[in-house]
Order: sequence, then C-alpha cells, then structure tokens
Amino acid sequence: MIHRTQEISLLDGRIALQALGAAFRKLAPGELARKPVIFVTAVGALLSTVLFLRTLLAGGAHTVVIGQISAWLWFTVLFATFAEAIAEGRGKAQAASLRRTRAETTARRIASPDASDWVAVPAASLQAGDLVLVEAGEVIPGDGDVVAGIATVDESAITGESAPVIRESGGDRSAVTGGTRVVSDRIVVAITAEPGQSFLDRMIGLVEGAKRQKTPNEIALDILLVGMTIVFLLVVATLPAFAHYSGAVIPVVFLVALLVTLIPTTIGGLLSAIGIAGMDRLVRFNVIAKSGRAVEAAGDVDTLLLDKTGTITLGNRQAAEFIPVQDVSERDLAEAAHLASLADDTPEGRSIVALARQRFGLTAGDPAGLTFVPFTAQTRMSGVDMDAAGAAGFAEVQDRPRSSSIRKGAPDAVLALLDQRAPRDLTSAVERVAKAGGTPLVVARDGRALGVVFLKDIVKPGIRERFQTLRAMGIRTVMITGDNAMTAASIAAEAGVDDFLAEATPERKLELIRAEQAKGKLVAMCGDGSNDAPALAQADVGVAMNTGTQAAREAGNMVDLDSDPTKLIEIVMIGKQLLMSRGALTTFSIANDAAKYFAIIPALFVASHPQLQALNVMGLSSPESAILSAIIFNALVIVALIPLALRGVRYSPAGAASLLRRNLLVYGLGGLAAPFAGIKAIDLLVNALGLA
Amino acid sequence: MDANGLLQIFVYCLLIVALAPFVGRYLATVFAGGRTPAAAILGPVERGIYRLCGIRAGLEQHWTGYAGSLLAFNMLGVLLLFALQRIQHILPLNPAGVPAVPADLAFNTAVSFVTNTDWQAYAGEATLSYLTQMAGLTVQNFVSAATGIAVAVALARAFARRSAGTVGNFYVDLTRAALYVLLPACMLGTLMLVWQGVPQNLQAYTLATTLEGGQQVIAQGPVASQMMIKHLGTNGGGFFGQNAAHPFENPTPLTNMVHMIAIFAIGAGLTNAFGRMVGDMRQGWALLAAMGVLFLAGVLAAYWAESQGNPALSALGIAGPVNLEGKEVRFGIATSVLFAVITTAASCGAVIAMHDSLMPLAGMVSLVNMMLGEIIVGGVGAGLYGMLLFVVLAVFIAGLMVGRTPEYLGKKVEAREVKLALVAVLALASGILGLAALATVLPAGLVSVQDAGPHGLSEILYAYASAAANNGSAFAGFGANTPYQNAMLGLGMLVGRFLVIVPVLAIAGALAAKKTVPASAGTLPTHGVLFVGLLVGVIVIVGGLTFFPAVALGPIAEHLLTGAALF
Repeated sequence: MIHRTQEISLLDGRIALQALGAAFRKLAPGELARKPVIFVTAVGALLSTVLFLRTLLAGGAHTVVIGQISAWLWFTVLFATFAEAIAEGRGKAQAASLRRTRAETTARRIASPDASDWVAVPAASLQAGDLVLVEAGEVIPGDGDVVAGIATVDESAITGESAPVIRESGGDRSAVTGGTRVVSDRIVVAITAEPGQSFLDRMIGLVEGAKRQKTPNEIALDILLVGMTIVFLLVVATLPAFAHYSGAVIPVVFLVALLVTLIPTTIGGLLSAIGIAGMDRLVRFNVIAKSGRAVEAAGDVDTLLLDKTGTITLGNRQAAEFIPVQDVSERDLAEAAHLASLADDTPEGRSIVALARQRFGLTAGDPAGLTFVPFTAQTRMSGVDMDAAGAAGFAEVQDRPRSSSIRKGAPDAVLALLDQRAPRDLTSAVERVAKAGGTPLVVARDGRALGVVFLKDIVKPGIRERFQTLRAMGIRTVMITGDNAMTAASIAAEAGVDDFLAEATPERKLELIRAEQAKGKLVAMCGDGSNDAPALAQADVGVAMNTGTQAAREAGNMVDLDSDPTKLIEIVMIGKQLLMSRGALTTFSIANDAAKYFAIIPALFVASHPQLQALNVMGLSSPESAILSAIIFNALVIVALIPLALRGVRYSPAGAASLLRRNLLVYGLGGLAAPFAGIKAIDLLVNALGLA
Repeated sequence: MDANGLLQIFVYCLLIVALAPFVGRYLATVFAGGRTPAAAILGPVERGIYRLCGIRAGLEQHWTGYAGSLLAFNMLGVLLLFALQRIQHILPLNPAGVPAVPADLAFNTAVSFVTNTDWQAYAGEATLSYLTQMAGLTVQNFVSAATGIAVAVALARAFARRSAGTVGNFYVDLTRAALYVLLPACMLGTLMLVWQGVPQNLQAYTLATTLEGGQQVIAQGPVASQMMIKHLGTNGGGFFGQNAAHPFENPTPLTNMVHMIAIFAIGAGLTNAFGRMVGDMRQGWALLAAMGVLFLAGVLAAYWAESQGNPALSALGIAGPVNLEGKEVRFGIATSVLFAVITTAASCGAVIAMHDSLMPLAGMVSLVNMMLGEIIVGGVGAGLYGMLLFVVLAVFIAGLMVGRTPEYLGKKVEAREVKLALVAVLALASGILGLAALATVLPAGLVSVQDAGPHGLSEILYAYASAAANNGSAFAGFGANTPYQNAMLGLGMLVGRFLVIVPVLAIAGALAAKKTVPASAGTLPTHGVLFVGLLVGVIVIVGGLTFFPAVALGPIAEHLLTGAALF
C-alpha cells in the first residue's frame, strides 16, 4: 500500500521499460505541443531528418554528421518525453495498488436512515445524497458522512495504518472514505462524492499525472521558456544574413543544431517531470493535495497556524509536582492523590499515580473497601471513598484507620466542598500553576484542602527545534489554543512559537487568518472539525485531517491520511523543494548556453574567418565534431538530470540568502562550467570513435 | 593604461556616487508632490500649465490611461517636429537660409528626438534653422527626457504601492520632471557653459579669413542652452555635426567633466530616488552597484583595448604606442574612452571621439552597452526601468531557487510580469538583430556601409543598436542619410522606445494592483552583493546569448584580424 516505508527506486527497471514505450507514444504532436521547447526541438529534428534524406539521395557535404545530428535531435525529444513518462510511471505504480482497493462493490441503498428495506445497486452508480447501509465486514462504497450509528473502520487501504478507527455520526469523526472496510457494527452513510469524483479517484488521478493542471509558477516558467526560445529563434534566423554578409555559408542543419542547443531544452524537457514528482513525493508522505497549486502555495507560506493540543504538546497533561498547603506534608498530599487516582484511567490520573510512586515509592494496595467516584462533566472531580477497614489495607494510611473521602478536581468544584474557606496558600498555588501554563488540580480529604497537583502540558520533544528551523526559513508559527492567555503564553514560550491565539474560537481563527492575509501573507493551517471548515477554506493551504469530518476534508486543499498535524512542516518543505528544483534546473539550463556558443560559433565561421578559431577555447578537434558534441551533450544532460528532477534538489531548511548562495554556486556556476568539460569529453570520444 | 587615466575614471565614478543621494532626494521629493526650494517661483507656473491645458492634477491614471496619454503626447510631438522641419524655410529665425528638410530625413529626425535617441543623419548647422533647433529639437530634448523619467517614476510608484488601481498622472509627472528637474538644472549649467566660452546667440554665421587666406564659415547660435539638456537629458543630439568634439560645444576640460557628470547625474540619482520611494535605500544602491560593476568592466576593458595600440600601425612604425586617430586629442585616450563608454552606457550618444575609430574591442564595449538595452545608468528614466526589467527576469530565473514564488520588493513576479518583460526584451532584440540583418541583405541597406569586412558589419550593427536602444551615437563611416536607413532606423527607434515603455507601464499597472508581501528570512534578499552578482550575471548571460554570434562576426573578428590575441 502507499506508505512512507515503500520506496520505488529512482530508476526501477520495470517502470523504465514501460516509460520507454510511453516516451514514443508521447511523440504525438498534440502531446508535444504541451511542451513548447520540446515541440520546437521536434520540428527541428523533423527538418534535419528531411534534409538528411535529401543529402543522402542527392549527395552533398557532411552527410554522416547531418545524419547523426538528426538522430541526436530525436534523442533529445525522446529523452524529454521519457523523463515525463518515467515520472508518470512511478505515479502509476502507486495508482495501480490503489485501484485494486476500488474493487466493484455493491451498495445497499436505503431511502431514509431508519428504513429497514434496501436496494442493491452498484457502487459506481451512487450519487451524492444517496444513503447507504454498511455493516460489519462490508466495504464502504463511497466517500461520505456517517449520519447514523457508530462503527470501527479499517482504513489501512488508504492510510497504511492497521489499527481500526472509530467513525460515528455527529461530532468530528463522521467522515468515511470509499474503499475502507467496516469492522464492527453498522452505520448509515450519506454519500457526498459524485461517481468518479471520490477521494480514491482523485488520488489515482493525481499520482498518475492525468488530471495534473499546470500550476501558476509552471505557467510563468513556461512563458519564460517560450520567450527565450523566441529570442534564440531570432538569433538563429538572423545569423544567415550576418554570415552571408561575412562571406560564410551555414548548412541549415547546423543552424538547427545551434538553435536546439541554445533553447532551454533541459528545463523544458524536465519541467513536467518535476511537477509530477513533486505530487508523488507528497503522496509518499501520505498527503493528498487536491491541486498542484496548493503544493506550490505551501512553499510560499509565511504563517503557520498550529493547534496546541496534539501538535505542539502531547495530547494529554501529566502530573509534574505536588504542592501541599498549610501544614500538610508533600507525602500526605501524594498519598491522597495516589489513592484518588488508582482507578482513574485517564492519562492525567495515571500520571499522578506514576509521579507519586516515583517520588515516595508508594505501592498499590488492596482495593477492597475503596469506592471510586468517577469523573463527570457535572461534578468536574473524581475521587475515592473508603471505610476504615479498606483504609487499613494501605500501608501509608495505617496511622489513620478510619473512613474518609478524598476528592480531586477543578479548583472551584473542589473548593465548594470544603468546610472552611480556602487557605490563602492554596489560592496562590492554584494561581502559580495556571501562570506556569499548567492545570491545577485541587486535592481535598474530608472537607479539608491538602494541596494542589500541578498538571503540566508536555511540549513534544524536538518541537522547539522545528520551530527554530521554521523561523530560519522565514515562517512564523502561531499556536492556537482554547486555554486562557496566561496558560497559552507560558506554553508558547516553552515551545518557542512566535505568537499564540488564546481562547480561540472558530470565528477568532478565521479572523486571524484574514488579518494575516490582509498583510499580504500566505497562511497554512490544519484542522479536523466541522467548525474548522471555514478557516480551512480561507487559509491558503488548508490541511484537513483524514479522521476529521467530511466538511473539513472538502474545505481544505490537502488531506493528511495519517492525521498528523505536524506534517504541515513537511508539506511546506516539499512545496519549497518543488519550486527550487524548477529554479535550479532553469538556471542550469540557461547557464549551459555559454559553453555551447564557444563550441558552435567558431565551428560555423572558422571557414570564412579563420581567426575565430581563437574562440574555440575548448580546442574541439573539428567543426563537425564540435557541433555534434554540443548536441550530444545537450541531449545527454536531460537524461543525466532525470534523477535530480524526480528526487528534487537537496533542501536544507535555511534562510533565503544562504539557499540562494548555495544554489547559485551549484547550478549557476556549475551550469556555466559543466558543459565545457562535458563537451570536450564528448568531442574526444567522438573522435576516438571516428564519428565526425 | 596609466595612473592618470585610471585616476580620471576613479574620480568620475566617485563624483557620480557622491551626487546620487542629493539628486535622488530631490527627485523623490518632486515626484511625491513635495515642496522644493524653487516652489515659490515654479509653483504658480506649474499650476498655470495645468489650468491652461485643462489637466486635473489630482486625478491619477490607470496604467492604460497613463500609457495612452504618453503615446498621444509623443506621437503629437513627432507630427509637430516633422511639420516644423518641412516648413522651416518659410519660418523666421533662419539667418543661414537653410531649406526645408527632405521628408525621409524629417521623419527620421522627428522620431529620433521624440524617442530621446537624437540620432542625427544630418549635420545640424547645415540642415536646421535656429527655430527648428530651439522650438523643435530643444523642446523635444526636454519632454523626451521628462517622458523617460515619468515612466521610471510610475514603475517605482507601482513597487511602492499596494493594491492600488493607479500609477500616477502622466501629465503631472511630465510637467514636474521638466519644470522642477530639467529646467533649473539646465539654466544653471548653461550659465556655467557660457562662462567657459560656449556660444549662446542668434547671429548669422561668421565669415572668417584663415591664416592661409582661405574662407571659413564659423557656425554658431544658441549652443549652450542645447548643450546642457543634451547631456542632462541623455539626448546627445549635438548642435554641430561633430557633436561634443566641436570646441564650441565643449571648450575646456571643465566643460568636458560637466558634460560627463550631467550624462549620469539623473540616471544615477533615479536609482537613489527609487530606493527612497520603495522605502529601502539599499535597493537603490544595489541597482546602482550592478550598473557600476558593468560600467567599470566596460570602461576598463575599453581603456585596456585602446592602450594596446594598433598593431597594424605599430608594424609600420608610423604611430606611437596608442592609436590617436579619431580620438579627442585635447583630452587624451583615457578621457576619450571614458566619454565613449559613458555616452553609450547612458543612451546619450554625445561624442568627443569618433567611435568608428575606437579599437575593435573598445568599439565592442560601446556596442554591447547599447545591446544590453542601455541599462548601465542608462537614458534618464529608461535606464532605471530597463534595469528593473532585468531585475524581474533575474528574480524569476533565480528567485525560484530559494523555494518561494519569486518576489521583488514584496511584489510577486508572476506569469504576467514575465511575459511583459520578455516582450520588451524581444522588442529590443528584434529592433537590433532583425533590422540589422535586413540591412545586411538588402542592397538599399548595404550602400550605407563604408568599410569592407567585419568593420562594415560593425557599422550596421552599431547603427541599429544605437537606434533601437535610443542612443544616437554612430560609427562615423556609416552613410545614414538614405531614404532606406532613415525609414528603418526610425522604425528601430520607435520599436526600441515604445515597445519597451508600454510593457513597462503594463508591468507597473500589474504590480501596483498586487498586495505587498512583508519580507521575512525566507524572502530573497535583493540588496546584497549576492543579488548584485546575480543581476549582473543574468544581464551578461541574457544579453551575451542574444548578441554573441553577431558580435563575434563584427568586432571580435575584426579584433582578431588585427593580429592581436583575444585574451
């Protein structure tokens, strides 16, 4: 299944073989026209082939060289279509495994959620709004929302995660995906996707590249490439006039060769492969983008909105400290809290037990005689009641073998139980905990306050470093939390985010996004609930969690199948890498041209202006060999760069200045220098083989 | 190359850099509509002009309105100047009694002065009446320069604004450029030139008897007033055929220095004004630095090439180490070369030495300066907006490498801007290469060529580069005054001027409407050494790739023919 662990090697033999066939099919004029630079190359190849045939039949100079040039021109076109084909091939390999899950299923359509009679219809014919009944063991026939019932669903088909998840009507976990399997219970699903528009369909379309539309940046780049091509057409078209004036005659095929080496064939040939590979990388990360545009926008993101819980902090709070009040000892408080938490199965309760045992070596005694009082939303506290016998069973309370009742809970709830007014140091302890970003839990025994348990939000390990990285990349992080401002400020400081929004409501979230956008910034966020949908839609990059509601999944422009909010950071990096790959190869392609001039210009004019031999700085052996070597280099460089196009250029998070310095050095200066060496080497080879 | 020559070049550069902030501050004030020291006198004049012409100064224009006004104003200028030349013989102020100008030449001259090219296919003193020179050429010298400044200012505004629908009012920008910038500076400069001995009169030509007893006509007229605007407005159209090599145009080393400084003053100052307008002075300095790098590279290469002397002459033992033929012998090689590089870098076209007589590589520097699009300080206004076009391309090509949609000064560079910048680049390239190629194959074009071999090709290339880049200087051997060349060079000037200005204004319109993205650590920094290097690299590579084959067959082939080594 598509999962991060699965890697398709860059040049998988089977894919390469299939791509070879596809490369030839892509020679159809309609397909080529999508890539203007390659289209011009193909026209040049066709022209030189015709001229070659004419020379062959009628006789003329340079026949052998012209034949080879024609062949290499065709290779140039083929290498470009091959690059695209191989990128698509890798996507198709993923799509094929996806398709298998979309086996033909039959759906049980019902008229209303509580209807008992159903009609069997093929899943493919389901329309949005149809209601279907799905029971344990059945495959959910299409994307939709659970409108009745609760069930566990095995979503491993799309997420690769084997543990089943709960899906229920209402709330934030109502969305189900076609192709996933109900493991227990029965649910009624309202279909939300039209046939062929389902999640799975879109995913397949995206990884195959079939539905890929050019992104804004890609369009602008295409325009640049077309513009450069026209400039070079002008250069090459006017050259015969200047040559004629100078008493030189240039064979048309040599002019075609000059044109093709000058126009940016490298980036022109690899541009679509880069785009497809970018989507592919995202899918490999288990993120589905609804458009390439969103991936590109991710690279431009200025502000990242992150939910506190689950993203910045671990989902649950942990006991960090016992703060006794008045003359109560810390051990006393710990014992009471320990007892009250023994049956408390929440992560917070377990962490209290763990802390008490770690600090004072307490052990679990015999729970007989203990009556546990569970937490309810009404009382906002939990605790334990024990009779004298039960209490005696615990070593630590042996000196007070009498019945008692212990409560722990929200400060105001527990304080209401007290016999006397809250001691002053209790109030200050509660405040101290809140100020430090924690949650205070007051513990009381028999109407007397013992102290406060400091429940701390645990910031995820390593998250601070990630935010520093983001800051270096120029991205501002804003933490969103429902906590009050005091708590939020303290966690924000600990996690190292740049800003926070406390007491957040969906409306305030939306306001924040609009305010950032008004400042010209691009905002990314992730969300899962229905109330996140407006904000997800408003954000430039909205990543919906797969576990979220259908509304959220529709509103966002990406869906994270793993439902991991920190993945936003990776998405941003993939977006950046996509843009960088394009820029690097464009720079490389244009920088390459300098060397080609030094190869071809002296070759074209050395007959009429022998002194121009001085421009032959590479010392290429003959004019024919120089032209041939340049065109061979031009073709081979496309193949050589296919792995780079598929993998993307190396991206290490850093400021723009250092990224530019590094990339200019590698792709600018490297692009300037590489062809000098490459063309010279090919020239030596061409001569050794006696090709020219 | 000697210390004296290098010192001259160094001192000149220092003066320009020192002057830029002062000019920049003044320009920024003028175009923000601020109050200048001269406002007490010029303010009423300005308001009078608006009232007279029915201009609503407070009303700003959308870029299409701005471009429409600009085109209408300039086309009207062409018509008026054409008409004036055709009927000058029946108009007053014609003491020398020159006849009407032939239609093709009148067209060429009208276009030439309106486009700030000041290509002169004629000798001024023998062809034009005082009225034509003053009411026609001098007026266009002012308004064509003001037009260039207006476009640059509109573009700078576009970068500074956010989500705006307008880029300014063309008539206001034009009026303020002429009234507050060009006029006061020219008045001061003219007085200075008159003090140094430049004539300023309306007398008939003086007939003198030479020492040998021969007769000599000494031409004169309102020279000083035209000199100052000719350089300050990077026009370059001389009063006399010999241009600034004529002692009446350029009598002393001091006037020569004033001329040279005047050529770069506004262009360099505009980069500074740009920095002020967009709220970051460093941006202006970065542009000036890129220009400075290209300028120094050019001037040093040309000076080196001249210092090598001419091997052909040395071999015969008839010349010293340097080739003084065609140079300004009063000021020497270094000054001649410096002036030649300045005038071609800045789209001025005034000359003190014959560019035809430059050594091939020095001539190539002049040629390449023009082919790059006159962006090395450049024509007033034109240099800044031309450079900003290259910035758009450089930012787009390399900006992607930082992993963001390319942006400059907070404005995203997208498909529309790239397309428009390429239209401008293509207009210039086709104006030079396309028209020059035509001239090399058509007999009507070939008759103008004086010299055989690569130098002849250089003459053609130079003429069309000069026209399309709106420079106006020439390789003297080129016979420009033929109906064919007058028509085609005129076409080249129009293409090179307005097919660049319209896309530039369209870019301004698009940019002004955009939101401004606040800068962050992820933003491509556009003020450091790295960016200057990148910008210079893109200019050299894009320009080099476009013109290398033609240049190889012209100046490079000629240089190699002289027997000199390439490196």
